[in-house]
Amino acid sequence: MKRLKAFWLSTEMRRKMKFQREADPLWAQKIAERPGCEGLFSCLQCGTCSGTCPLSIYMDFAPRRIIALVREGFKEDALSCQTIWLCASCYSCAVHCPRQIHITDVMYSLKREAIQEKLYPRHFPIPVLAQEFYKMVRRKGRSSEFWLVLRMAFRTNPMQLLGMAGTGWQLMRTGRLRLRQDRIEKVKELQSELAGREVG
Amino acid sequence: MASTYGYFPGCSARGTGVAYEESLLTLFRLLNLSLDELKDWNCCGATSYMSIDEGSAFLLSARNLSRARQAGHRELVTPCSACYLVLRKTQDYAARYPEIAKSVGDSLVAANLPPLDSVTVRHPMEVLYNDVGLERIKSKVVRHWRGGRVACYYGCQLVRPFAEADRPHDPTRMDELLQAVGVPTIDYSLKTKCCGGSLTGTIHEVGVRLNYILLKEAARKGAEAIVTICPLCQYNLDAYQGEIRKHAGEPLDMPVFFFTQILGWALGGDARSLGLGRAISGRRSIEEWFSKHAEEVESYV
Amino acid sequence: MRIGVYICHCGTNIAGTIDVQALASYCGSLPEVAVAREYKYMCSDPGQELIRQDIRDHKLDRIVVAACSPHLHEKTFRHAVAEAGLNPYFFHMVNLREHDSWVHVDKLAALEKAMDLVRAAVRRVKWHVPLERREVAIHSEVLVVGGGIAGIDAALTLASAGKHVYLVEREPTIGGHMAQFDKTFPTLDCAACILTPKMTAVKGHKNITLWTYSEVQQVEGYVGNYEVKVRRKPRYVIEDLCVGCMECIQACVFKQGKTSDAFNLGLSKRKPIYIPFPQAVPPVVVIDREACIEFKSGKCKKTCVEVCAERNAIDFKQQEHIESIRVGAIILATGFDVFDVSRIPYYGYGLYPNVYTSLEIERLVNASGPTGGEVVLRDGRKPATVGIAHCIGSRDTHTNRYCSRVCCMYSLKLAHLIKEKTGAEVYNFYIDVRAPGKAFEEFYNHVAEEGVNFIRGKLADVYPEGNGGGRLILQAEDTLLGMIRKIPVDMLVLSAGLEPRADSNEVRRLFNIGCSADGFFLERHPKLAPVSTFADGIYIAGCCQGPKDIPDTVAQSGAAAAQALALIDAGVVELEPNTAYVLAEACSGCKTCIPLCPYSAIAFLEEKKARINEVLCKGCGTCVAACPSGSIRQNLFEDQEIYEEIEGILA
Repeated sequence: MKRLKAFWLSTEMRRKMKFQREADPLWAQKIAERPGCEGLFSCLQCGTCSGTCPLSIYMDFAPRRIIALVREGFKEDALSCQTIWLCASCYSCAVHCPRQIHITDVMYSLKREAIQEKLYPRHFPIPVLAQEFYKMVRRKGRSSEFWLVLRMAFRTNPMQLLGMAGTGWQLMRTGRLRLRQDRIEKVKELQSELAGREVG
Repeated sequence: MASTYGYFPGCSARGTGVAYEESLLTLFRLLNLSLDELKDWNCCGATSYMSIDEGSAFLLSARNLSRARQAGHRELVTPCSACYLVLRKTQDYAARYPEIAKSVGDSLVAANLPPLDSVTVRHPMEVLYNDVGLERIKSKVVRHWRGGRVACYYGCQLVRPFAEADRPHDPTRMDELLQAVGVPTIDYSLKTKCCGGSLTGTIHEVGVRLNYILLKEAARKGAEAIVTICPLCQYNLDAYQGEIRKHAGEPLDMPVFFFTQILGWALGGDARSLGLGRAISGRRSIEEWFSKHAEEVESYV
Repeated sequence: MRIGVYICHCGTNIAGTIDVQALASYCGSLPEVAVAREYKYMCSDPGQELIRQDIRDHKLDRIVVAACSPHLHEKTFRHAVAEAGLNPYFFHMVNLREHDSWVHVDKLAALEKAMDLVRAAVRRVKWHVPLERREVAIHSEVLVVGGGIAGIDAALTLASAGKHVYLVEREPTIGGHMAQFDKTFPTLDCAACILTPKMTAVKGHKNITLWTYSEVQQVEGYVGNYEVKVRRKPRYVIEDLCVGCMECIQACVFKQGKTSDAFNLGLSKRKPIYIPFPQAVPPVVVIDREACIEFKSGKCKKTCVEVCAERNAIDFKQQEHIESIRVGAIILATGFDVFDVSRIPYYGYGLYPNVYTSLEIERLVNASGPTGGEVVLRDGRKPATVGIAHCIGSRDTHTNRYCSRVCCMYSLKLAHLIKEKTGAEVYNFYIDVRAPGKAFEEFYNHVAEEGVNFIRGKLADVYPEGNGGGRLILQAEDTLLGMIRKIPVDMLVLSAGLEPRADSNEVRRLFNIGCSADGFFLERHPKLAPVSTFADGIYIAGCCQGPKDIPDTVAQSGAAAAQALALIDAGVVELEPNTAYVLAEACSGCKTCIPLCPYSAIAFLEEKKARINEVLCKGCGTCVAACPSGSIRQNLFEDQEIYEEIEGILA
């Protein structure tokens, strides 16, 4: 979208036009070939997915629009939106879809690509959490809720830890706050297995 | 029916979900079933790993399944819905998509692990329903339920997208299990609506709102407690009721149990080994319902 | 032997890939080939004349044509050969188009293959023997199965053409689903007003034998000569005596109906003695033995009999009986079932009281329905807001993949009728509005202009309103606005799709026809033969072939009647001689062949031998292959012929 800053107008005008050069049909094809994403092109745009999604009201593009964007090949829009990160993987969409498209898997594909291409919203807590989780499991083989939340908060908004203190205390007094970070024995083995597998 | 199952605790089993593990082990012990923890299990990756790298995500599960196989287990029980889903999904996708089968297969071979097959992923709820059966559970009840009506909350990942544990749109197995031990359940229309998962930790307001809706509806239908099967659902519903009271003015203080706690109690387990003291909300109700006076062991008519 | 070989260019279809000159000269060099030609269009008049001329001039006794598919022109060339005085079965056709030039690009390899194929044909055709086509007479009566609008219309058309028709209907009355409708789209014609005259015409027609409350039990025979057994179920009322005064229903010891009324879809109750609806044809009551006290205990006062003393039409001792008829053609018009919406639990049917199916609303809206035409909720109130959800059960891989064609139009119609009767605010939740027929778009515009709200988004969720008010919240994404909408409604109407009848598999096996992937009866060709089936003499019409509206149904029933007429008026039917036959002396009586025949054409005779009815046999070859003693042979596929063909290819 181009921005036309007209100095004689008080508001900025945005052109909501999509040129064919912005569309990447090969990319659309690639997504449709990923495991779980088949049937992408048979989408009716019926809106059932958005209708059942518990989080669609908070998303910038409803799930149905994401599918439409992907089909048409508008890669940048699809990868840089907030929507894919708000997806809670509840699979309501996948179960209701009359074409049995696994929209959840499409979301995952987009998330992965957004990270790879560094198009995700940088300080949005959810991709940050995902990345911290990833690093932690690679290093230790297990995840620790406490350290995960801590790391994520430091990377996004450390002040939120103050707000979480109350809950933290509750968890501590009921013995549910585990401070120790577990590590599996064969962690080196796991790391090499993962390294051998990584696409990048 | 096996009497020993492979056991995959999941990372929250010793953290926020410790009461789940405690009550699960207690319950299974009361039913003469043993859970053999998988040695050196690694994190399943949950939703986060799949968001970063698919191949690694499947590998994490494959490693667990394969090691279960290696340990001689035909069945791997996991209480956490997310772990259940991820393990099941790995099996399902490796069976349906050759590229995943190959990538997973190659990595397993490179790690000297047996191939990925013939380990059935189970969840305690359906193990109790299918393997033990309602009749047997009923026959072992030694305590009356002294609490109020409950709302059975199934969440998402146990019933979707795989429908083996229960039906996706109108699951009733947890209700049936609880009814078998004399617990009255309500007709809870939001029983499979998402609790937001990790959103309470990331986009807090959104996550809390989803749980507010669930709690409010349960209360409106006359439930005095919610019973769950997933550690994250339990945590979400349990930990933020204070905040909801403050911001929404809703007088909520509802205990959120694990179904294993309720069943364990009915079968004679003690409060401590069932982790009943680990609740954040609804502590008063818990005091009342599980008080020492209720400790009489009586036969269930 | 003097064999003539003709290579067709088929324009460039064959000649473009295969060197037809080289092929023709190769054929000329084969042993016993007297003439070998190539020509641009063998199927044309001059092409056929070549064959005829050569047969006369060169005294040819076998002909091979290498051209397109036998499906297209085998008949043409056999006819040409016959015209020249040679037995048409001394002809063999080679497919050089679909089997060679259309599927290969390598020209040399294609030529090699063509040479193999023609060489094989030449060796084979030497072994052909003369065969004759058999003629069988066609019986001129027709059976129409199903008394809905399709069956009624087909029966009336045939009857007015002077043919005698048996119209068999399993319900106690004809009329089918159309009798349940109120107004029909797009004209809003009253369904009963346009249907009942036809129903009466059926009853009065001298050429129609109407058997209601009857089912086809067995079908045997072959085209032109079907022997059908019809089971006439007992109504416990003598049809000829009952005048339909319905005093017996009034007098019944049941003061109120206690049995669910199927015609009103369970929205009302009826007594054990009943008539499906007042305009039923025949206007004869029925007694439901499951509900009637007399049948259950034998101790009823039988007030019904008392009140019918004059005519004495009630007969509790009535038995079912079987009628045997012989017909030349059969038209199946068995209709559809409505999709069972409880298969999709999240729409709340059966869970929340004010969720209805579209057909239930039709009954409510109908003046002779359970509420006298009032659209009211279960508690009698008029709804202030109504939601209509399109595509329930259709266009959905979980249930039925196909679009049920009529639901968009009837949803618009119901929107209009509901709004008219109640003044309610109506919301239609749709994916696409399908309004293709004549005056359909106009109807859609009319409904939109009336103020019916259209939300483009499939209904995603239904749940009760939080404040306990009894309304339902309908949630869907309004895809055109790009926002999620929650609309509280008093009543939800689910536009259920159409499905094949629950017993359509059993029914079609009676008649030996197939079904398509969606379960509807299979037509012979989707474009060019929509009312014929692969069983000669059996036709299909209406929704049993696929979901459709009334105009299309009537078009199909007319077409089916025309096809049946064409068959019957031809008087005779010619059967292809490519049938199998049993060499009795070699048959060991093992009976292996009998259950294998898909056309039930093999009988086991008293002398313990199998015998194939060549009229029923379609030449599929299954028994020929299965016979352990090799005593079954098939005309045109004799062992020697096949071996020669194989040898020819491998040579």
